[in-house]
Amino acid sequence: MDVVMLSRLQFAAASMFHFLFVPLTLGLSIITAIMETVYVRTGDEDYKRAAKFWGKLFLINFALGVVTGITLEFQFGTNWAEYSRYVGDIFGSLLAIEATLAFFLESTFLAVWVFGWNRLSPRAHAVCIWLVAISSSVSALWILVANSWMQHPVGYVIRNGRAELADFIGVLTQKFALLEFMHTVSGAYILAGLFVAGISSWHLLRGNEVRFFKKSFNIAITFALIFAIFEVVQGHMHGSEVAETQPTKLAAMESLWETTKGAPMYMFMIPDVKHERNAVEIAGIPGMLSMLAFHSPDATVKGLKAFPADERPPVLPTFLSFRIMVGLGFFFMLITGLAWLKRNSIENYPLLLRILVWSIPLPYIAIETGWIVAEVGRQPWIVYGMMKTADAVSPIASHQVAISLAAFVLLYSLLGVADFFLLFKYARKGPEPRKNR
Amino acid sequence: MLETVWFVLWGLLWAVYFMLDGFDLGLGTLMPFLARDDREKRIIYNAMGPFWDGNEVWLVTAGGATFAAFPTTYAVMFSSLYTPLLIILFALIIRGVSFEFRGKVDSPAWRFIWDSCLFIGSFVPALLFGVAFANIFAGIPFDSRGVLHGNILTLLTPYGIAGGVLFVLLFTMHGALWISVKAKGELHNRGAALARGLWVALLLVAAGFLVYSYFATPLYDNYFKMPILWLIPVITVCSLLATRFFMWKQGWWKAWFASCLTIVGTTFFGIAGLFPNMFPSSLDPAYSLTAFNSASSHLTLKIMLVVALVMVPVVIGYQVWVYNLFKSKVTDTDLAYEEAY
Repeated sequence: MDVVMLSRLQFAAASMFHFLFVPLTLGLSIITAIMETVYVRTGDEDYKRAAKFWGKLFLINFALGVVTGITLEFQFGTNWAEYSRYVGDIFGSLLAIEATLAFFLESTFLAVWVFGWNRLSPRAHAVCIWLVAISSSVSALWILVANSWMQHPVGYVIRNGRAELADFIGVLTQKFALLEFMHTVSGAYILAGLFVAGISSWHLLRGNEVRFFKKSFNIAITFALIFAIFEVVQGHMHGSEVAETQPTKLAAMESLWETTKGAPMYMFMIPDVKHERNAVEIAGIPGMLSMLAFHSPDATVKGLKAFPADERPPVLPTFLSFRIMVGLGFFFMLITGLAWLKRNSIENYPLLLRILVWSIPLPYIAIETGWIVAEVGRQPWIVYGMMKTADAVSPIASHQVAISLAAFVLLYSLLGVADFFLLFKYARKGPEPRKNR
Repeated sequence: MLETVWFVLWGLLWAVYFMLDGFDLGLGTLMPFLARDDREKRIIYNAMGPFWDGNEVWLVTAGGATFAAFPTTYAVMFSSLYTPLLIILFALIIRGVSFEFRGKVDSPAWRFIWDSCLFIGSFVPALLFGVAFANIFAGIPFDSRGVLHGNILTLLTPYGIAGGVLFVLLFTMHGALWISVKAKGELHNRGAALARGLWVALLLVAAGFLVYSYFATPLYDNYFKMPILWLIPVITVCSLLATRFFMWKQGWWKAWFASCLTIVGTTFFGIAGLFPNMFPSSLDPAYSLTAFNSASSHLTLKIMLVVALVMVPVVIGYQVWVYNLFKSKVTDTDLAYEEAY
């Protein structure tokens, strides 16, 4: 394998592994903050125990999220030197601002929160977890603005043989960035909501601490439902933006080969990449794809064949990932809606509880497949329409990357196993018993 | 001008990173030699507990600032130092998770794994940062495309190893002083004795490094051109002497602050000698990356300067607040605290 492919695999492994932990950090910090706020306002000790219990799971998860994030920042330099040189003027500044504005705040105040239960007033202590929650989402904003710029570069000029910043505000406020931010963090919030609801369901099925876990369940399922509904609506808007800005990605997502006026949407398809067509197309809704992409049933949607073969993304992974993500998105809306309606007597619905326990991994799958659509669907470009991935790689030897990729996979697998083992252990253990006074 | 300002800021970010993460990298390196039992190990973990993560963000910021302000330097520095840099990152990963994982399973074997990770993850970065920076001072064999002519062993020159030893001694003394600040009784005494011993070794190695740099690097050219720069090594040597003075006076906080200044001074001794180079090539000076030929556009530098001038003081402000909040010695009450490491 060449340096480009190895470096792509390494970045994919490192970022997908990193993103196993980030979404829970984003969402669980808010849920924990809500619980602690309820404690501060009402004095109900159950909510303090809840903040501590979910906070412990948050910390176990956070540990791996933070250390695997550092390697991502440095990999742009180690493996993608040509990219860094070409777009660092814009891309680098976004990453640097993220660190100074958000990452410092998050790391510093998380430590204060962990060690400060006895040193700060309850109110000041709750402020700390809110600072963590807000700064982690602000952190996501800057990172996703940077990623959006790779998806849809704006506000730059090509000068001195590289892309230089021309309009900073334009980069920050472009529509693609706002949509991608909302889409990603909503997904993360759904994941965290279903994580808390699922673990609560596991305990409710066993009759452990029923009052305690119903309180957690109520907060979590409401939180998850709000963002599950929002995500479906917002996902549609994000899809339309992709249709406007990244026609090759849209065509791959829908496995649309021929440019079609009034393009239908098929409920079931099997792409045949070799012959540049679909082997099976079943249950088409006429004009639906045109409607979703361009708000008109007669609109023309460009097919893959309208683009040179070397500018098309890999169709199969993009197509499949997109279907899985969308299917799961609708499932989350249904299951959270159903559970929310029954939330006050949820302990009487064991089947629903069981489904919720088994639903814990599903948002992880939805989020990872979402990133596959975003990143694989952008290929062969590293910056859409501007720079190809093949031109972005560092002048390093392939054996260096082969060794580091193997080291990444080995180390991350071991740490991942240890981390999930601890998450399981502490999730099953339940909260500390109520103190007798 | 803007480039020069950013060059100084770039040096400052690395110096602050070494000053802050230095003590917990040093303490992690010393732990096997310092702690006699599990209780003492836990005191060491908790002495770093509220600080190490915030300290490490300075590395992310130093890396981010290199990327933003000097993208070409970032690209060539990180790709030509590919293997050592990834080793540093892997080490920092296993060290970071050790804090969180160690106390979560009640088994000596489990704790042994993470104690070992803490040691490796602290010692290796301390050593390799020193090796890397010494090599940068002396020049790195890379060509016009940024390709390194050599491998990781190329960096293990006698001068590179001297830099590594210097960093390990700087950081371990800094860590020994920190545990003297944060621990009581036996552990405090052992930390203090270790700090005194390490100080002697550091003095000898630092003096040797200053002389060796004259022969192995062009760092002193800037000093002869601009004599005011001699203030930097003079202040650094004075703070190293002051560190010993305060140890003798039993003023452990003051000794630790003097050690902070020593680390910042040592970093700037190199940075000042390097200017305007950031990543000099030993193959041909024409390939060297400088603050001028590798910088971002003036618009980006200006925006980043505003962000840095506003945000860095704010960050320093709340980090000082945190250090102040957790300044007291680690006691058995702290170890009994349910969230303690």
